[in-house]
Amino acid sequence: MASQNLQSVPAELSPEEQEREAAGQAYFDRIISEDSRIEPRDWMPAAYRKTLLRQISQHAHSEIIGMQPEANWITRAPSLKRKSILMAKVQDEAGHGLYLYSAAETLGQSRDQMMEDLIAGKARYSSIFNYPTISWADMGAIGWLVDGAAICNQVPLCRASYGPYGRAMVRICKEESFHQRQGFEILLELANGTPAQKQMAQDAVNRWYAPSLMMFGPPDDDSPNSKQSMAWNIKRFSNDELRSRFVGMMVEQVRVLGLTLPDEDIRFNEETKKWEHGPLDWNEFKEVLAGRGPCNSQRVERRREAHENGAWVREAAVAYARKQAQKENAA
Amino acid sequence: MAPHGNPEAPASAASEINREAPKVAATNAERTTTTPASAPDVTPRGAHEESPWSLWEVFVRSSRGLSHVHAGSLHAPDAAMALRNARDLYTRRNEGVSIWVVPAEAISSSDPDSKGSFFESPQGKDYRHATYYTKSEGVKHL
Amino acid sequence: MSTQETAKDSDFAIEGHGDISVGVHGAGASGDGSASATRITPGNALRPEDIALEISRGQVKPTEDVAEFALRIGDDGLILAQRLGHWISRAPELEEDIALGNIALDQLGHARSFLTYAGAAWGKSEDDLAYFRREHEFRSAHLFEQPNGDFAVTIARQFIVSYYQYQLYTALTGSSDATLAAISAKAVKEVDYHRDHSAQWVLRLAGGTDESRARIIQGFKLVWPYVDELFEDDELTTRLAEAGVAVQPSSLRAEFDRLTGDIMAEAELDIPGVPQSLGGGRHGKHSEFLGYILAEMQVLAREHPGAGW
Repeated sequence: MASQNLQSVPAELSPEEQEREAAGQAYFDRIISEDSRIEPRDWMPAAYRKTLLRQISQHAHSEIIGMQPEANWITRAPSLKRKSILMAKVQDEAGHGLYLYSAAETLGQSRDQMMEDLIAGKARYSSIFNYPTISWADMGAIGWLVDGAAICNQVPLCRASYGPYGRAMVRICKEESFHQRQGFEILLELANGTPAQKQMAQDAVNRWYAPSLMMFGPPDDDSPNSKQSMAWNIKRFSNDELRSRFVGMMVEQVRVLGLTLPDEDIRFNEETKKWEHGPLDWNEFKEVLAGRGPCNSQRVERRREAHENGAWVREAAVAYARKQAQKENAA
Repeated sequence: MAPHGNPEAPASAASEINREAPKVAATNAERTTTTPASAPDVTPRGAHEESPWSLWEVFVRSSRGLSHVHAGSLHAPDAAMALRNARDLYTRRNEGVSIWVVPAEAISSSDPDSKGSFFESPQGKDYRHATYYTKSEGVKHL
Repeated sequence: MSTQETAKDSDFAIEGHGDISVGVHGAGASGDGSASATRITPGNALRPEDIALEISRGQVKPTEDVAEFALRIGDDGLILAQRLGHWISRAPELEEDIALGNIALDQLGHARSFLTYAGAAWGKSEDDLAYFRREHEFRSAHLFEQPNGDFAVTIARQFIVSYYQYQLYTALTGSSDATLAAISAKAVKEVDYHRDHSAQWVLRLAGGTDESRARIIQGFKLVWPYVDELFEDDELTTRLAEAGVAVQPSSLRAEFDRLTGDIMAEAELDIPGVPQSLGGGRHGKHSEFLGYILAEMQVLAREHPGAGW
């Protein structure tokens, strides 16, 4: 197994500990080879734990930061129905972040610590949320393209080898089923609306298309960790495989919208039976990831502000609980 | 510390916080040294020293007649708020008619290291199952 | 194994939006148990769309007075939802983002129902009323327009609002107007939870730290001037009370005072001795805040008059 290659037993362990490590590794390898699930208390290679922790916490951060570009339009939603939908969607994202933080907590890191890392700029989140939402149609494009890409990524994650992660993804996928549809319907309304509305929709699709394709991560030959993640049954499909499937779905759906994808190189390769797309600007992707996107500092600052402004509230609740417990003990 | 008999959280729960991130499960019992939610620490703290809300496990009964099932985890300062947070978080789509919240620290679970032997005994005891009794097959109402 | 292959294929099926089957092999990490905890349904309750349908079929139509009254309570909910919506992504803790979001969604739901019903009197939709009325045409009371402030101000405002709305909707469940009664019957259950949520927080902030206590005292001081306006009778409410459609707001005051008084006493808070504001929201005289609220809320809809969304 590939995992055995990475896992060398540290030299300072006593023979007894080494034996236990080896037994743990054997047990772990068996679970993975049976495509069964690893649970929090199980022995796991340190690198597996670290990979999961990084991936799950990044995923959680993406949900939480991802609330902001959409929350940006809650107060301006152009109909009360759309306002309700958008509020419910952004609220779901808080819930999804919460489920994921809980899954990450089972790996030994507190939510508080993860939040602090995020605020300190030490943690990563999906770089697409560093783009601004400048029109209402962006709510449609985010739902259709960004959530669409996220769902493509997430559905296979329901079978991730780490139990708590898989279970969180099941809940998230169920709840998210409306997110993509509502986005698609926003675009559909706009595309069939006034010329100005249709223009708004096309403009949004043009801006969100490439970033949404880049959500699947770098090309396979530039994604060093992918192989290991697939060997561990965390990832089930490669970045390019998922991206290609996604492009195929979008090609169909954009016709229903009566809009176009800003990519003239899309084609179905009869030989490989895969959808191909035009070149993506991975340079920009890296720039945004490195913090030079249009909204990086704004997003983190908003999170910091909310967290710090809430400190006195969280403290008050803890202090109250402590006092109540004292009262009960005294009684 | 002995690997057996330590209170440990059930699989699936975020209560399985392993703050020391130990390489072997046997040391996971260190988790129990964290402050239990049910008995808040009474030492006075500085006004701005933050202590995070404790972890709770949420169990939801999806409809009458069914048992409560673990739905997930959340953070809350006390039981009253944990229940309300659970209502807001885990029953937004009519998932439940009843909720239990349990301080994560209050859950004891079987030891992961002993999973082989702990659950070995029932293996092979097929005489506990009706299918073992083949001679009576075909006899009505039996 | 063939079942495994099939499961893997179906796992990738994105089309089936209704339900996502999770082919977990081996350990059964999410067996039937977890499925039952994630079983979701839309539930069954009166929705604004149902009211719109009844209106379009000519089954219900409010009188001018009823419509004017529905406009008042609909505007209260709408403006409050607009305020509360701002908290989502900014709350003190993620769990509270969700709690405040739920309250905002409840308020918006009530507003949509009341506005949809009110609009039937004038051939207008909920959106016509929300997006194309001007400031002086709104009927919200000043309390609902008050800024969120810090979390304490929001909780103080919500505390007053939910105890008031609970009394109001309870009374309206007995309305001779069946639609008002039906909307109120749905709303009162939700508002009951809002009461609980805000009362829990009033107790915690008042009995928490010195800072939180100071902040909740200040919060109540800021919003309390707008309490009297909620309970003011006028010609409209008098006519509606006589007709059995509504009750005089003043008749709700004693119970409001008693119930809020109990919580305030438990929290060891005094009712702020602040002068009561003149009000006037029910007649189109609003706070300075409303103009900004509407500017933001209406801007996009007004850029595209007549457009669908």
